Parts: sequence; C-alpha cells; structure tokens
Amino acid sequence: MLRQLRAALGAGIVTEAPPAPEVEALGVRLAEEIRRRFGRSLAIRQVDAGSCNGCELEIGGLTGPHYDLERFGLHIVASPRHADCLLVTGPVTRNMVEPLRRTWQATPDPKIVIAVGDCGRDGGIFAGSYAVVGGVADVIPVDAVIPGCPPSPRALLAGLLDALGRRR
Amino acid sequence: MTGALGAGILQLAVVAAGAPLLRGLTRTLKARLVGRRGPGPLQPYRDLGKLLGKEAVVSSTTSWIFRVTPYVLAATMLVAALVVPVVVARPPLGFAGNAILLMALFVLGTFFLALAGLDAGSAFGGMGSSREVAVAALAEPTVILAIFALAMRAGTIDLGGVVERLGDEPALALSPGHLMAFAAFFIVMLAETGRLPVDNPATHLELTMIHEAMVLEYSGRYLALVEWASAMKLFLFLSLLANLFLPWGVPSATTPAALGLGAVVLAGKLLVLAAALALIETTVAKLRLFRVPELLAGSFVLALLSVTTVFLLR
Amino acid sequence: MSTLVYGFAVLGSLVAAAVGIHGLAGGTWTLVAPGLLPLGGFAIAMDRLGGFFLTLVAAAAAPVSLYAIDYDRGARRGLLAYLAFLGAMALVPLAANAMTFLVAWELMSLASWLLVGREPGTSRPAWAYAVMTHAGFACVLAGMLLLGARAGSLAFADWRAVAPALDGTTRSVVFVLLALGFASKAGAIPLHVWLPLAHPAAPSHVSALMSGVMVKLGVYGLLRAGLEWLVPGPVWWAAAVLLAGVASALVGVLYTLVERDLKRLLAFSTIENVGIVLIGVGAGMVFRAEGLGALAALALVAALYHAANHAAFKALLFLGAGSVLHATGTRSLDACGGLVKRMPWTAAAFLLGSVAIAGLPPLNGFVSEWLTFQALLQNLRLPRPELNLLFAVALAGLALTVGLAAAAFVRAFGITFLALPRSEAAAGAHEAPPLMRAGMVATALGCVALALGVTWIVSGLAAVVEPLAGAAPPLAVQAWGTVDVGQGFAALSMPVVGVALALALAAPLVALRLAGARRDRRTYETWGCGRMLQTARMEYTAASFASPFKRVFDFFYRPDRRVDVRAHAESRFFVEATTYASPTRSIFDDWLYGPVGRAIGQATTVARTIQSGHPNLYLAYILAALVAMLVLG
Repeated sequence: MLRQLRAALGAGIVTEAPPAPEVEALGVRLAEEIRRRFGRSLAIRQVDAGSCNGCELEIGGLTGPHYDLERFGLHIVASPRHADCLLVTGPVTRNMVEPLRRTWQATPDPKIVIAVGDCGRDGGIFAGSYAVVGGVADVIPVDAVIPGCPPSPRALLAGLLDALGRRR
Repeated sequence: MTGALGAGILQLAVVAAGAPLLRGLTRTLKARLVGRRGPGPLQPYRDLGKLLGKEAVVSSTTSWIFRVTPYVLAATMLVAALVVPVVVARPPLGFAGNAILLMALFVLGTFFLALAGLDAGSAFGGMGSSREVAVAALAEPTVILAIFALAMRAGTIDLGGVVERLGDEPALALSPGHLMAFAAFFIVMLAETGRLPVDNPATHLELTMIHEAMVLEYSGRYLALVEWASAMKLFLFLSLLANLFLPWGVPSATTPAALGLGAVVLAGKLLVLAAALALIETTVAKLRLFRVPELLAGSFVLALLSVTTVFLLR
Repeated sequence: MSTLVYGFAVLGSLVAAAVGIHGLAGGTWTLVAPGLLPLGGFAIAMDRLGGFFLTLVAAAAAPVSLYAIDYDRGARRGLLAYLAFLGAMALVPLAANAMTFLVAWELMSLASWLLVGREPGTSRPAWAYAVMTHAGFACVLAGMLLLGARAGSLAFADWRAVAPALDGTTRSVVFVLLALGFASKAGAIPLHVWLPLAHPAAPSHVSALMSGVMVKLGVYGLLRAGLEWLVPGPVWWAAAVLLAGVASALVGVLYTLVERDLKRLLAFSTIENVGIVLIGVGAGMVFRAEGLGALAALALVAALYHAANHAAFKALLFLGAGSVLHATGTRSLDACGGLVKRMPWTAAAFLLGSVAIAGLPPLNGFVSEWLTFQALLQNLRLPRPELNLLFAVALAGLALTVGLAAAAFVRAFGITFLALPRSEAAAGAHEAPPLMRAGMVATALGCVALALGVTWIVSGLAAVVEPLAGAAPPLAVQAWGTVDVGQGFAALSMPVVGVALALALAAPLVALRLAGARRDRRTYETWGCGRMLQTARMEYTAASFASPFKRVFDFFYRPDRRVDVRAHAESRFFVEATTYASPTRSIFDDWLYGPVGRAIGQATTVARTIQSGHPNLYLAYILAALVAMLVLG
C-alpha cells in the first residue's frame, strides 16, 4: 500500500499539460463550449452498437491520467438516465438497432449524440453487410461524427468540441 | 433565541452549500493522488446546475414512491443538519433527539431510497436496494456501541453534551478507548456513505454497485436531489467524526464571532478528514460484497473493545 | 348476522376502552361473585396496569372489528368464538385471583384455537397451537397452584404480601414455571414455534388481534409474576428475561427477513417485537433487582410503550395483509407486486405501518425503540461489570434488530406493492371495501397519535409502572413537547421532529423552484440496457432480496441449495427446465422440537405395550393402584 502510494506521489501529475499544447488547447476550448451548453459538466454514456472494441480502447484512454477527461468536467456515467451525451461506436448491427433507439429514448433532453469511428460514421468496412444497417445516423439523429479507425484520444476530444459547437 | 436561530440557519447553509464542495474536494484529491489533474473542487456544483436544466425521464413502472423519495432523502439530511454539531456544539434541534435520532434519520432516507430502487422493477435497482439495506443494517450495532462508549465517557448521550465535555477535557479524546471508537466509527462512515472499500462511488459496472444501482433510474432534478443528499450525508458524517473525535474549537456560544471561528475550525478538520478519505480510497481495493460483513464485524469488535475499556478503567 | 356481531364487537370495544382508560387514569374498583366459580370465586379488580392492558385490547379490537364487518361479511362460523376471544382477552388483565385468571386464560386460548382452525386446511397449525398453548397453560397452572398452596390463598393481592417470606427455591421454581407459561404465550424464543403457524392460519382480523394483543397478555403475566407476585427476585431471573428478549428479537427478525408468506412474515416480526418488549421488561427487572427503582421504571415505560405501539402497527399491517389476501387471494410475496397502483389506500397504510415497525421517525415505533435504547444506555449507572457487558450485548442486539427490521420491511413492502405485478391475481387486484379501509385508516391514525402524543403517554405510563418499579421514572416533560430522560442525559421531541421533517420536505420543492429547475417529466420504460421487453420475471424477488442476508447469516439459516437442470432427451446442451430451491432449516426444529418430538414418540410406543385395550387388564391396573394407595396410605 505504501509502496503504491510512494510510486504515485513520486511520479507526480502525469496529465499532459504543456508537452501537448494541441490537446490542451482543444481541451480549453472544449470546456468553454461545455460551459455554454452544459455549464461545464457533461455526462457521457458510451454505447457499443457493434464495435470491434478498437474505439472503446481509445475512449478508455481518455479517462486515464494522460488525457484525463475529467479535468474538463466530462465524465462517463453508468446509465443513460444520467447522461447528456451518447458516444456511439461501431456499425449498427441489426440486433443493436432497437437497443440503440431505446437508449436514445431513455436519455433525458437536452442531449447530444456523437458517432465514433469510421464504422459509426457509415458502417466503415462493414458497410453493406447483411448484418449491419449502416452508420449510427441511420438509426438515431447524430450531432457529430469523430472519424478514424480508431480515432485517437486527441481526435475524440476535438470531436466532442465539434458536437457541442454545432448544436448551438 | 436569535442566536440559536442564526446558528441553525448557518448550519443549514454550511451543510447544504458546503456538501458538494467537500465531495468535489475529495474527488480532486483522489485525482491528484493517482497523478491526474482531475476536476476542480467546484465540479459538483456544475453537475447539479446542469441536472436542474434537464428534463426528468421516469419509468412507466414506477409509482409516487419513486417521485417522492428524492424529497424525503433531502429532507432527512436537512433535518439531520440541525441535529449534528457542525459549527456549534448545540445546534437548534439538538434537544429534539440525539445520536439515535440521527441514525434513524439516515435509515429513513435509506429506507425510501431502497423502495425507490425496487419501484422501477429493474433487477439492478433491486440488487442495489438489497445490498444497501444489508450494509446499513450490519453497520447499526457498531454505531450504537460507539455512541455508548462516548456516552459513558461524557456522561450524556446528547451530541452537544459529548462535544462540550470532550472540549473541556481534550485528554479524554486521546484515550485508547476513544481512538478505538473513532476507528470503528470511521469504518461505519465508509460503509454508510458508500465509499471504498465497501462501495465504489465511481463504478460503471452494475454488478459491483451498491448505492449507484439504486439510483440508475433517476434523472434531471430528481437525480440532482439524490446526489445533493448523498453529498450532505458524507458532509454530516465527516462533521460528526470531526467534532466527536477531534473535539477542539467547537463553540458553545452562538455569537457571530464564535460561529465564524467554528466554521473556520470545521473547514480545517474536514480538510484533514477528506485527505484521509482520499488516501484510503486510492490505496485500498474494493472488497468483495461478501467480505464487507467481515469488515463491519471488525468495526463492531473495535467498538465493543472501546466499551469494555471504559468499564475496566472506571 | 356477521355484521351484527362485529358491529356489537366495535361498540363493546369502545365501552371497554373507556373503562380501561378510567383504570389507566387511576380509577380502581373490584367486582366479586363468589358463587360463579369454585376455589375463590369470580373476582376482578381494576388497577393501572390492568387498565393499560384492557385499553390495549379494546383500542385494537375496535378498528379490527370494524374492518371485519367488510372482511368477514357473510361468515357463519367463528362469530361466537370471536366474541368469546375478545371477552376473554378483556378479562385476563382484570382477573384478581388465580381461578378467574386461569378460566379467562383458557377461554382465550380455546376461542383463538377455534378461530385458527376455522378455515379449511388449517388443522396442522391449529393442532400445533393447541399443543403448545396447553403446555404453556400447564406451566402457568402448576406455578399458580404451587404459589397458591404455599401462600395459602389464590387471591393475587395475598401473594404480594406472602412472597417475601417464601424460600428462594420455591420462588424460583414458581417463577420459572410462570415465566415459561407466559413466555410461550408471548412467543419468546424458543417457545415461539406455534406462533408463525397459528397466526397466519387465522382469518386476518383475528391474526391482527392475536399478534397485536394476545401475545402482550403473556408479557402482562410476566410483569405481574416477576415484579409483583414474587418480588424481590434474584438478578438471574432478570438476566434470563433480558437474554430471552435479545434472542427473540434477533431470531424473529432473521426469520422475518427470509419469509416469503406475507402473514407468516408478520408473525415472525411479532416474535421480534415481543423480544424488544422483553428487553425492556428484562432491563427493568435487572435495575429493580439491583435497587435502581427509577431506572427500572424507565425501562418498563419503554417496554409498555413498545407493547402499545406494536399493537397499533402490527394490527395495521395484518389488516393490510388481509386486504391483499382479499384482493389477490394469495399471501405469497412473489405472487404480488404492483399493488401500489391498484390498491392505493392499502399501500399507503401498509407503508405507514412499515415505517413505524422499522422504528423510523416520525412514527411511533421509533419513540419506543428510542426509549428502550435510553433505558439500556443507563446501565452505566450500574457498578457491575458483568451486567454492563450483558447490557452492551443487549444494546448491540437491539441495534442489529432495528437495522434488520428496516431491511425486512423494505422487502415486505417493496416486493408486495412495488414494480410490476407478478401474477394474474395481482394484476387484477382491487382496492379494499370502505369499512376495511376505515379500519386501516383508524389504526394508522393510532400509530401517528402514539408518536406525537409522546408527552402524555409517557406521563400516563409513568404512573402505571410506579407500583411495579417502586419509584418514578427519571422522565420530565419540557417545553416544545420534549421528553427529558435522566436529567439531561438525553431528550426527544417528536412534535418538533415531525414538524421539522414536514418543513424539510417542502424545502427542496422551494429550492428547486428558486433555482429555476425544469419541471417537466417524460415517461419511458425502465432502463434495462436496451433489452426488448420488461416482464415481472426479471424483477428482484423476495428470495433474491434476502440472499445477501442468507449468506451473511448462513450459520443461522443453514440454507440448502438445490439446483436441478433437466436436459432435453436428444441433447444435453438444450435445457428443458431448471429448478432452484434454497430452503432454510430451522435450528429449533432440528435441535429442540425434533428430538423432543421423537422422544415423546418413542415413549408412547413403549407405553402402548401396557395399553392393550383389554378391559380385564385395566381392571387389574385399577386394583393394583388401589392396593398401592392402601399400602402407602
């Protein structure tokens, strides 16, 4: 326990502030957008609509010490009832159409939807398959798309900003 | 009378307004301890403000109990804020009950929240309810014995009386029995307010949830009330720990100067306790649900030892 | 016919309540009819304690009888037994000599036995009840006859005067006999086994009276025996009562937690609450034996207060359970659900009763449990470490009981009334008819009144217990409806707590309005991770809710786990049916009643060899007995 604590304190704060100016700048702009729309507080519910889990890995990276999503007032929540934003990944498989719709219905207004990854945009390499219906926008209204296969955490932050700006 | 009224209003204001700050502070400290920058301490206010601007989505399965519960929960905490010595030793409703009333108020809130968890008919809610009431029930004996140990030292069970008695004779607070009671009460605080290692307030996995699972259905203003109430519960528990076990600088008088001093001293003590809480939460892992009773049994033994030392040293 | 009988019972109860309150306020009178009964005649006398219990009986019987007018409409059987039951219960606390007491006691048992066995399929519970209640009666009879023989009188007033002169062994034997008899009526551990069988089997209004009132008469007997007839007693009597109280409270609540039959659940909770009353009585007896009369009075006030409270909320809960049974035809928690929307009055009443029985403010259960806690905490004025430790155990036991009771009633109310209906019967449930609702509302108001009227009730009870404890309790009534305990040791003001909670309930409403919160609400299905449909089969059941408790207390429940998976004939990968059962085993059946029952069975097998059925043999037995008597004489 002490060893663990010593290691943590010894390492100091590893959140990348000055060494990654681009991300930091994005983050500051992002926080301003959120202030306007959601008072600098955005609860995100992540929905996997058929993803290969590549995007999930990158989203997971957002919550770690390096990118530290929480410093901007963003956090990931466990229920769509608590959420302001649905972060949807993957080509929407036929089995996930109805659950995705229900999740969207279950989220209280006002809310935003962000499709993540090339699959979320239009089905990506799975487009046209008999098992998928296409991008997220084919099922629920999408406010922003964050392309990439998978998008990096930095791109994810940029995309969030885009979404909040567009809704204004 | 005006002094008591002023003290009451001040206590209510401190608890109602300060609770989210304390919660934010613990979160920030926790983030710093794991090398993150983390949200600012004011983040909970922003979260609450945002929730007030959102619509409430309510399950069609639920009844009036689900909608009434957030108000009951907030009400129990507000009344409790007038019973616990926060900035003065003798709060306005201190005469109306004592530690047992306080615990019963907390259980009243838990009772309704557990019913609300069952009301939506989701398995998550039922699971959370069942676990929450189990933990709350198993924590009760420790609370009563710890109070008994304090009452025996102070000669009264009145919370204000205990605080004043210990304030007059601070050496009492350093006796081994008192320290054991403190440890027991601290563990109970962890369990009752849903902190690690009993419950993880930041978990996203339904199967490991206790408190979170009950509130999965709440949204909008209802969720804001529930979150606010649970922040107040943490604040009240920590204040109680601070004033019962670090009994210095709690004013008996209700003059503005004394109240101001009380508020400053309280802020210092709470900062220390919040840091201790953050330290514990970053260094221990969550216990398996069925190991929690062992932890609570340990706290019970500590409380019992605390009681027996009083008999032996008498 | 039934309407007439129950209507008469309502009126009679109101009259009896008036008489009881007169006695409670200090009125005394005696009524003697020597020719009516042999051995001392029929004699009744009113004192404050008798008045208290008479009030308890009558005040519970009035709303329950009102309820029964609609609940038991058209019944033909058991009406006379019901009246006899009420009359006998009213007579027991007034009896002034052993003969009157025993006749009333037995009449009460017989009448309730008839009522327990009224419905079809209740022969086993009725039988168990008959055996246990008569074993208890035998103990009471033996104890009273022994005491009467030594004292030379069967009048209770004489026992008081003679008891101090008797030798210790006799007094202890008498006390143990009387305590066993009364404790079995009260349902104390381990003499409780009849209670969860008999109380649910009776019609619900009778269950309400059996659980709410009849068991209290066992406590009444114990109070008379331990604190009046046989005073002064050694401290071990008191310690035994205290421990029996703690054990009853814990065992009762543990069974309440896992029971899946609503009325049986309430019956187990009766055992728990009798345990809490006995904790108060036991603590009072300890203080009395140690010469601390004032503290004894405090503990007894707590005990009597809880007895009254339990009568109110247990009657209410049984009436609520009766309404559920009336509406759905089932007592199984797992077959109910969703009733809060279909039976709003019953649900509200049951919720109020649940909050009260869980010992939560601002209702009456909290007040008496608070007082019991204070009485136990006062043991720090007792300079005996071993007794202090006993009290610490009692405190912890009571605290655990109160916590578990809250859990048990979250489960009882939540599974029965909330979420989706789990059966057709529950889905088609209807609200109770008006007089049933009136009965529930009346008992619910009783719960509220018992909480808010704390200052008057405490003053009244202080006068009741003073002769028993030998001193006045350290209770003082102060401004704002405050009751002060032990000169500043602790204080409670229920009116203030009630008003504060009501105001605090309004505070968030105002705060939300001021903060400009949105006030709209959208209704959508329950969140279930996007699954396609929600059915009642996905809900948490009574068994799953109890599962953490079963695991934590597995040393007590000793649950069996049986999982049977039946595969299809063609392939073992296709499951046709899965059955799961996790029954608990009763320690008392396995370790106490099982062996005793087997021993009795073996003894009767042996005895059969001398009971051949030939008349000549019996004549020979008579002859042998006569010869033996002549020789010995």
